[in-house]
Amino acid sequence: MELPGIAFYIVAFLTMGGIYAILCLALNMQWGFGGLFNAGIAGFYAVGAYTAAILTSAGSSAHLGGFDLPIVVGLICAGIASGIVGWAIARICVRLKADYLAMASIGIAEIIRLAIVNEEWLTNGSLGISRIPRPLEAFYSGRAAEVVFVVFVWLIVAVTFLVARRLQQSPWGRVMRAIRDNEETAASIGKDVQRFRTETFVVGSVFMGVAGALSAHYFKFFSPDATEPLLITFLAWVMLIAGGSGNNLGAIAGALAIWAIWSLTEVVTQQLPPDWATRSSYIRMLLIGLLLQFVLQRFRSGLFPEKSPKLRISREK
Amino acid sequence: MTELVLDVRAVSAGYGKMPIIKDISVHVDHQQIVTIIGPNGAGKSTLLKAVFGLNQHFSGEITFVGMSIFNARTADLVPLGISAVPQTHNVFSSLSVDENLDVGTFAAPPRDAEATKAHILELFPDLKDKLKQQAGQLSGGQRQMVAVGRALMSDPKLILLDEPTAGLSPAYLEVIFDLLLQVRDSGVSILMVEQNAKQALQIADYAYVLVNGENAYEGTGAELLADDEVRRSFLGGGGAP
Amino acid sequence: MIDFINFYLIPGITLGSIYALGAVGVSMIFGILRFAHFAHGDLMTVGAYAALTAVWVLGIPALAAIPFAIIVTCLAALLADRLFYRPLRDLPTIYTVIASFGVALILRSIVQTVWGTDSQVYMTGFQKPTIFFDTFRIATRHIQIILATAALTVALHYFLSRTRLGKSMRAVADDPDLAAVAGLDTERIIRWTWIIGAALAAIAGVFVGLDTDVHTNLGWNLLLPMFAAALLGGIGKPLGAIAGGLIIGIAEEACTYPFFGDTLIAPSYKSAVAFVIMVLILIYRPQGLFRGRLM
Repeated sequence: MELPGIAFYIVAFLTMGGIYAILCLALNMQWGFGGLFNAGIAGFYAVGAYTAAILTSAGSSAHLGGFDLPIVVGLICAGIASGIVGWAIARICVRLKADYLAMASIGIAEIIRLAIVNEEWLTNGSLGISRIPRPLEAFYSGRAAEVVFVVFVWLIVAVTFLVARRLQQSPWGRVMRAIRDNEETAASIGKDVQRFRTETFVVGSVFMGVAGALSAHYFKFFSPDATEPLLITFLAWVMLIAGGSGNNLGAIAGALAIWAIWSLTEVVTQQLPPDWATRSSYIRMLLIGLLLQFVLQRFRSGLFPEKSPKLRISREK
Repeated sequence: MTELVLDVRAVSAGYGKMPIIKDISVHVDHQQIVTIIGPNGAGKSTLLKAVFGLNQHFSGEITFVGMSIFNARTADLVPLGISAVPQTHNVFSSLSVDENLDVGTFAAPPRDAEATKAHILELFPDLKDKLKQQAGQLSGGQRQMVAVGRALMSDPKLILLDEPTAGLSPAYLEVIFDLLLQVRDSGVSILMVEQNAKQALQIADYAYVLVNGENAYEGTGAELLADDEVRRSFLGGGGAP
Repeated sequence: MIDFINFYLIPGITLGSIYALGAVGVSMIFGILRFAHFAHGDLMTVGAYAALTAVWVLGIPALAAIPFAIIVTCLAALLADRLFYRPLRDLPTIYTVIASFGVALILRSIVQTVWGTDSQVYMTGFQKPTIFFDTFRIATRHIQIILATAALTVALHYFLSRTRLGKSMRAVADDPDLAAVAGLDTERIIRWTWIIGAALAAIAGVFVGLDTDVHTNLGWNLLLPMFAAALLGGIGKPLGAIAGGLIIGIAEEACTYPFFGDTLIAPSYKSAVAFVIMVLILIYRPQGLFRGRLM
């Protein structure tokens, strides 16, 4: 591969890596800060992707949409739509043991998938939505457009990171950690545990929606088959745990590291004999599954272990 | 004739790296009720857990009928002949009374389970017509009987009781203590921790007072009841028993 | 009415039987090991494919291949427990949930690697339904599945209420700390929990293949209704899980019956029924219909 080829491979890598970093930061809000298990990440991602696609794509007779709205409006609406779904599920589940939320989140992802496949007036069913714009498309094309997009993605990563850091260091974040680590104690000092948990789940869902929206803009096309839902959910989990749950920098580092490993496994499985080549994607899944087990057993605190932000004790009494 | 059943010699134990009890020594002879009393936080329950292998042991020695059990695991102790009854959550509430008793035989099947069960139901006649009921539906006192009954099902030589009368009415307290005397007379040694110190000393053959995780006083139940110092500090003030 | 029985109720009971057998394992594992086992559906997939291999290699009918499916699935479950769940036993159980999510992926990708992703069937050709009283037309495979589930339910009830192992399992599910104090060998009980849960999952997997076809997402797709069934029946109550499975299976089919001229929901949303039931249970009765252990 000549040099520009490598450079654009890196751009492509950083684009998807950035989208996963947002997903991972969002999961960190839910799991790392709040101890809330979400096994339906792909559902929130899809809600965001479709919301953005419908709002920003050019008109089409096949489905609702073609509002041709600005991309930023699409991103915000994607976050809101995903947040509303998150709020609905959180209302029901945050008062129960984490496993129940896990089970219910699988369900919500399934319902979203069903709705997307069946409600053709809204999503164009399995044919998907095409002609989804990218930012500044009118001014840049070809490889320049790719570079513009990766910058755009990483701007959003930066925004997500700042929001996550702000939340973590705020009094709100401290209460969340207190609840995560000892629910009874937190409740006994008069904290409304359920409200805090609902909030953290909703904020996480919002950013998962944003990540979905970005991927729709990146692919320019989104359909039920555009992504493997289980893979998205699963990779986000591996990334967060490997990076260090509870640590925002860790979430980003984990996203990039695991996305790099995931991309490398593609290179490796391409070297397999042709008989095995068709199976390479399953072997990659197998490897990533084993990687998760390794991380869980040997590397649980991750690349960047969680550290509590320094307390800023106010001096005035 | 007395036979040493349990011998705790200078044991330090606790949780993590923190010893709660220090150099404690306690002896239980055959067919004896031995009571541990003392203020809250004195390490009474920690001592029972130490005997039953449920916490960290740091130093000392524990022998049971001559065998060292200092390093034994809980699962090994039941077959040797020690049973324990925790203070709370001591019955399987979704299982019937009958099934609770059955579970007591699983780790150490008695020679004749039916005979043992019959004997236990002789001791606790209240349970006879409740065998099919879920243990969780019983009154506190009856649950305590099920718990002790479950512990006796493995034909133990020694049972460890953590506050068997906690939360019971005074009337039931006497019933339970009376039952414990019968259990002892049937040949089982009892090591128990009690909050109701005065009544516990009345049925105790021997007793220890723990303070701050250390031995403070010991003697027969009657001796301690008669001791001014013990009475003042641990039996809730003045008056002779 | 006859149509309802022939085309909705009987298929509903069949589907419910499959959910039920899977949900028993989910419920027992949740009850005893205290975590939602996300790989349970994929254990079913393993069972279905193991039977498929036996059918191919030995030329036996699928039902006769069940023992083979059970052995392979039990081994997979015990291996997963030994390698991936046991090392996490002392941590908060949610880590084991994450691990089981990974095991689901591992099992499925192994199946995909070994057997490929095309749909397969145990046997081809049309099966003539059995006709009772000139009105009830019931497919032979439905009769087999329903009767086998009924027999397994009776056996499970006997096992849990009469045998030493069954009572030990209920004791551990009720209070693991007390079970340890009573000297029960928890690891041995956990092993048997896996064996029973995996065996029933294998049978359910073969039944899915018998009823429709064998494909690699077979088990994962059933995870939601199985969780819903286990919750409906009350966690840690295997017989409740069977009732829950039947209710959900029948509800899914019945919802597509045109009771009032129109179907209650479009057939394509059938699998949403399980989710709706799960949500209702979580809101109004988290302990389940049969008073399972609330967490």
